[in-house]
Amino acid sequence: MSRITVYRALAVAIPLALVELACRVGWIGALTLPPPSQMVVGLWGILKSGVMNAAMLETFRNVVVAFAGSVVAGVAAGALIHAVAPLRRLLEPLFSTYYAVPIYGFYPLFIVMFGLGDKPEILIGFMLAVVAVITATLSGLDSVPRVLVKTARVLRLDPVRAAWRVTLPYAAPQLFTGVKLAAAYSFIGVIGAEFIMSQSGLGYEIRFAYDNLDNTVMYPLILLVLVVAVAMNGALDAWDRRLRARRSVGR
Amino acid sequence: MNLLKLPGVSAALLVLLLLAAWQATFMLAGAVAIASPSATFAYLAEHLPDLLPHVWATGQAFLYALVIAIAGGLLLGLVTGLSATAAETAEPLLLAANSIPKIALYPVVLLLFGIGLPAKVAFGAIHGVIPVAIFTMNAARGVPPVLLKTAAVLHLSPADRIRSILLPSALPEVLTGVRLGFSLTLIGTILGEMFGSQSGLGYLLMTSIGLQNTQIIMAVTVLLIAFAAIVSTALLAWERHLRLRR
Repeated sequence: MSRITVYRALAVAIPLALVELACRVGWIGALTLPPPSQMVVGLWGILKSGVMNAAMLETFRNVVVAFAGSVVAGVAAGALIHAVAPLRRLLEPLFSTYYAVPIYGFYPLFIVMFGLGDKPEILIGFMLAVVAVITATLSGLDSVPRVLVKTARVLRLDPVRAAWRVTLPYAAPQLFTGVKLAAAYSFIGVIGAEFIMSQSGLGYEIRFAYDNLDNTVMYPLILLVLVVAVAMNGALDAWDRRLRARRSVGR
Repeated sequence: MNLLKLPGVSAALLVLLLLAAWQATFMLAGAVAIASPSATFAYLAEHLPDLLPHVWATGQAFLYALVIAIAGGLLLGLVTGLSATAAETAEPLLLAANSIPKIALYPVVLLLFGIGLPAKVAFGAIHGVIPVAIFTMNAARGVPPVLLKTAAVLHLSPADRIRSILLPSALPEVLTGVRLGFSLTLIGTILGEMFGSQSGLGYLLMTSIGLQNTQIIMAVTVLLIAFAAIVSTALLAWERHLRLRR
């Protein structure tokens, strides 16, 4: 395992070192890409001075709202669609093409409906995330063995206990895949919406810095977005692994 | 209910349902927010020739991006998938890369490539390449070891090994990755056009967002959805066919 960790660290560190070298030697111009180490220093300065705290807070809050909403609505809709077979047959082609639809195209509609601000941004994040949760819920529910569903019925478990003791343990791995995707998509949706048109938030700040050719702000902020996305993914991944490990021990 | 089992009927019903939802949104939000279905289709019928240059521009960029995404994804997936160590090393890195909001990378792409076709292609390709790589890697890992041992016993050449063992065994899952990669590459190309180009459907979308021209926004959205739906339905049917045959 530790050998793999070393390889992983090398797979990240070597390209980074090469980019750093290329920037320092001058193969990549400072206006195109500043050296990664300089971005880290810049990010540290921004975090310490606190100038971006309001933007960060707003973006992260919107991501959390979009994420939580998509998980709750997605699981509920998934359970409903799973229970009603004709509905599922009707909607399945929609789900399979959904992610080719440019959701951002609906952003102006949301702005007109809700005004420029948090709501249309949250809605974009929610719309990107919710279908991943729905499809994950469907495949999770599909993986519950029929015999266990019948056993629960024979034992007259009430729906809540049946869901808790039978459905959830079996559906959990697939469900969690959907939750991980939902977290990533909420983040992508909110940042993207802010980037296209907004008055505040991290995406807006990156756009603003880009339009003003302000590389000393833009690159550290891009780095911040990347670090947060990767950290969020890593944390959910670690949690997922722990859940899976516990499951296989319990068997 | 049995009527619903016919694929054509349920697809038609779904289209009707979506049109109804669209009409309802129009009635709720008004013409300032969204063009009605009838206005959109009237616009499309009248102005489709005006849109065609943009369709070609997007199509060209998308095609390049898709070829790069699929080729790059297959290469990356096969290289990492054929060794257990490489796969274990790469998997969390690929998943993390997949969760990055690539739109934040847009300024970097633009500074590297400048405004125009290369930037669109690059932006489309970075969206599509990772899902293709992830699915290809898992497909290559999922090839039954007994088949690989048989290949070793028979002294198959690497080319034969890929052609007669790896490809047939991995194709359905690779196709799932390609289907996802197709969708994401399309979105990536459109997003690329929105910020860094002077042509294409994404550019049209962005200028119409600025001008609040809801007819063009909806017309472009309809064109993109129709194209995406047709291609991904075809890919899905091919995938199911391959899985059934196994």
